[in-house]
Amino acid sequence: MTETETAIILLSAKVAIAATLCALPPAFAVAWLLARRRFAGKGLLQAIVTLPLVLPPVATGYGLLLLFGTQGPLGRIMEAVFGLTFAFRWTGAALAAGVMAFPLLVRPIRLSLEAVDRGLEEAAATLGAPRVIVFLTVTLPLALPGLLAGAVLAFAKALGEFGATITFVSNIPGETQTLSLAIYALLQSPTGDAAALRLIVVSILLALGAVLLSEWAGRLIQRGGDGQRGGDGRA
Amino acid sequence: MGKGAAMGGLEVDIAGKAGSFAVSARFTAEPGVTALFGRSGAGKSTILKMIAGTARPDEGRIVADGRVLFDAAAGIDLPARARGIGFVFQEDRLFPHLSVRRNLTYARWAGRRAAGRPLPEVVALLGLEDHLDRLPGTLSGGERQRVAIGRALLADPRILLMDEPLSSLDRQRRAEILPYLEAVAGETRIPVIYVSHETDEVARLADRVVAVEAGRVRAVGSPAEILGGEEGGETVALLEGRVTGIDPHYETATVDIGGARVELPAPGLTAGARVRLRVRASDVAIATRPHDGLSIRNQLSCTVERVSVTGSAADVLLALGEQRLVSRITGKSADTLGLAVGQEVVALVKAVSVERARLMRPDETGE
Repeated sequence: MTETETAIILLSAKVAIAATLCALPPAFAVAWLLARRRFAGKGLLQAIVTLPLVLPPVATGYGLLLLFGTQGPLGRIMEAVFGLTFAFRWTGAALAAGVMAFPLLVRPIRLSLEAVDRGLEEAAATLGAPRVIVFLTVTLPLALPGLLAGAVLAFAKALGEFGATITFVSNIPGETQTLSLAIYALLQSPTGDAAALRLIVVSILLALGAVLLSEWAGRLIQRGGDGQRGGDGRA
Repeated sequence: MGKGAAMGGLEVDIAGKAGSFAVSARFTAEPGVTALFGRSGAGKSTILKMIAGTARPDEGRIVADGRVLFDAAAGIDLPARARGIGFVFQEDRLFPHLSVRRNLTYARWAGRRAAGRPLPEVVALLGLEDHLDRLPGTLSGGERQRVAIGRALLADPRILLMDEPLSSLDRQRRAEILPYLEAVAGETRIPVIYVSHETDEVARLADRVVAVEAGRVRAVGSPAEILGGEEGGETVALLEGRVTGIDPHYETATVDIGGARVELPAPGLTAGARVRLRVRASDVAIATRPHDGLSIRNQLSCTVERVSVTGSAADVLLALGEQRLVSRITGKSADTLGLAVGQEVVALVKAVSVERARLMRPDETGE
């Protein structure tokens, strides 16, 4: 494995982790709204959240370029307020990955929130617990398997994101060239097949590792949640 | 009841709706067990939820222990968490991810409630010593409901609300848990509102009964007053008295019921204890004079108060001092004996058909 390849793997991991962690809180908030609240425009919100899943990734990437590019309205605000630049930076790759992974994060969290017995929250309230404490001690622990499943899915998606990323931040080695983009670039060159194959193997290992990790964590939670029944470990 | 709730009591005077179903209730509850009794769908649970603060009445007032929990006119509506209640639901509603110990103490570490009673005391009361470190998913239904009761007791409640806590259990589990509820009822110093449609539960646990029908309070009174009558298609009478003697050889007890002496099998009884007895109308025969040479141990002098004939059966209401006994005989027998209101008769009750409905607290006065 060459130094460049290691750098590519590390960059990909950085982008995917940043994308997952940053997308998690807003995804949880949206999942909460969809699971627990009734409001006008709920269907619209649902549709917008699903959009990155059904839109051509190139279209999403172009939309991001228009919004978050150096001349884009949100891009300028982020630059001015937080000093954060997305265009042609790894942060842009993380943003693209996060947006693409967003629907995959929302759905399992929403389902697990819907599965939490509201009666338990009511019971916690009768025992004197304030809302925030009820959320932290009852709702969140019970929704954790869904959260974890969503996070793993989002991480895997972010790791493999291609279309939106290359449209938004281009394919710049050392800055925005993640695993998928590097493999694509290597396959374009007549001598790159061996290196591409190595990176593909690494991709497989990373994805497999993430899934196994989530299975293991899910089993831990399951054991905590269901007592001795959680032997089969399906989260 | 007439008087307002004393210190430590609960005062309810509310009206509201649950969906399109209108509910109104007015009653007070002293420390001890007050049963909200009525059929399924009568509105008992809705009234309980309004007391708990998980449902909102449209008007009225709820005061517990001198503290206003709800007052529509004054715009007071404390949330459930601030009402100082303990609530036992139909389903146990234990937190599945927390150990029995963490469940029991939830009100303390999550609800910041005061540590009113020591944990070991409640654990011993409910027989949970061996289960503290287990998870709810590994317990039986009866054990889970016992944990739920303990969790509510440990919330340092000013009032304890129980919404048919046995209804999700089968008959065997119910019998297993009733003694624990009796123990809780027997030692409580706070008002316990116990919702149930099961007469045997109410007879065993309640000090007072608020009968609820179609969303309204139909009657308030002692269990004997409210429950003496129909019970699942069967007519029963409840009698209260004091154990005056135990025959250790035959293991029978004698209970003094307003001067009359009733014998029954002794298990669980000690001299001096106050008890509530349950006698089925179909187990009571009537004679016009005392008889010798009978196996029947109880011959009680009564006065006929009423004879109501339905079909082939006649229910004869008998006054036994201040208390009431019901005898179900055939209309034919009633006519043959020539039973008339005011007539002195002898009620014949086999000792083995007298059931102990409840052991009462020593300080309880009964009626």
